[in-house]
Amino acid sequence: MIEKILTVKNRAGIHARPAAIIAQTANKFQSEISITRDDATVNAKSIMGVIAMGAGYNTQLTITVEGPDESEAVAVLENLFDSKFEEE
Amino acid sequence: MYVYSIFNMAEKKFTVLDLLNLDLSGHDALHLKCIAGRRGLPRAITSPEINRPGLALCGFYESFANNRLQLFGRGEVAYLNRLHQENSSESIKFFLESQLPCCVFTYNLEPTEEFRQIAEENCCPLLQTDLTSTEFTHRILRVFSNTFAPKTTQHGVLVEVYGIGILLNGHSGVGKSETALELVERGHRLVADDIIDIRCVNGNTLLGRGANTMISHHMEIRGLGIINISQLYGVGAIRNQKEVQLVVKLEDWDSTKTYDRLGTEQKYKELLGVKVPMIEIPVKPGRNLPIIIEAAAMNERLKNMGYNSAKDFNLNILKWIETGDAKIAYNSNDDSY
Repeated sequence: MIEKILTVKNRAGIHARPAAIIAQTANKFQSEISITRDDATVNAKSIMGVIAMGAGYNTQLTITVEGPDESEAVAVLENLFDSKFEEE
Repeated sequence: MYVYSIFNMAEKKFTVLDLLNLDLSGHDALHLKCIAGRRGLPRAITSPEINRPGLALCGFYESFANNRLQLFGRGEVAYLNRLHQENSSESIKFFLESQLPCCVFTYNLEPTEEFRQIAEENCCPLLQTDLTSTEFTHRILRVFSNTFAPKTTQHGVLVEVYGIGILLNGHSGVGKSETALELVERGHRLVADDIIDIRCVNGNTLLGRGANTMISHHMEIRGLGIINISQLYGVGAIRNQKEVQLVVKLEDWDSTKTYDRLGTEQKYKELLGVKVPMIEIPVKPGRNLPIIIEAAAMNERLKNMGYNSAKDFNLNILKWIETGDAKIAYNSNDDSY
């Protein structure tokens, strides 16, 4: 199991489009991926879940990945956050 | 009772200001207004109980529950007036100096001038309501029971089928949302999709609702995107809150696993200390899930009424076998009977 803290770098935060990208990316992996904000944990493979977190600019999120392809999943997700979801 | 709270998803302290801002109406309304000590409104209420401060006002402080909301009814106000006549304010000072969340005066009663002044000095909020002490007690305890109830968040879809609240569980992509969509089409109700907030009230009832009011009653369907159920199907297709009475676990068909073929063994899922009946349904192309879930809901209703189809079936079989044996014994040439 891998846990990593990532920061939201988009000015607009995680709205529908970035949430969809996160969910689609997470769905490509077999591992269970979840995102935690403060106390609330959501399944990263569900778009509604990711949107419902309401993560704005500079929010710290912890992603927890567990499964056969966990290291690959963490790397890809980290890249995604760094590239600001290909928005800016 | 639906307590609409302004909480975000993270755990936040419940303050006196939050109590004043609660959106309650009809038999749940508290009719509260703040008459003094506004600076203390951000104080947090940490206990789900209330206290009538008779003993403390008289000077007996052992086991004084100073973390609870303090209720001032007719008796307490009469005592305050007596203290005013005797010009004694020591016990009032000691009382208000302990970090109380707030004091509530019922029957629209007013505190004495000294009490109000000392409360302002100590930033203790004084609230007032026109309700009777008993009525206010009932209502505030209900509010607290809702606010302080143990909570958890589940990933799944909560629907109401024939009056039974069903939580659909399973991995992403197994078909929970699509199944829920067909159930809505067949006339059932959607409570929430994806993130379900579950609260345990009274230690034995699980109430589920959508975690986020912004996206409630929206569903995400692969291929369609995000759709708004209340707009597409109308207000009769949605519900804000429902008890979780049955958990349906959708799994990809595993040929190595034995699925329950009799229905006599009851499996349970434990949520917040409450055992909810659970059924596991294998998903395979061509199987009509909504029909199976409807049948499960109706079966659950029957069980709640005391009829367990599978057990009755087995009892009938046993009786049939017994009578079969008896007939053979009666008709045969065997003399051992």
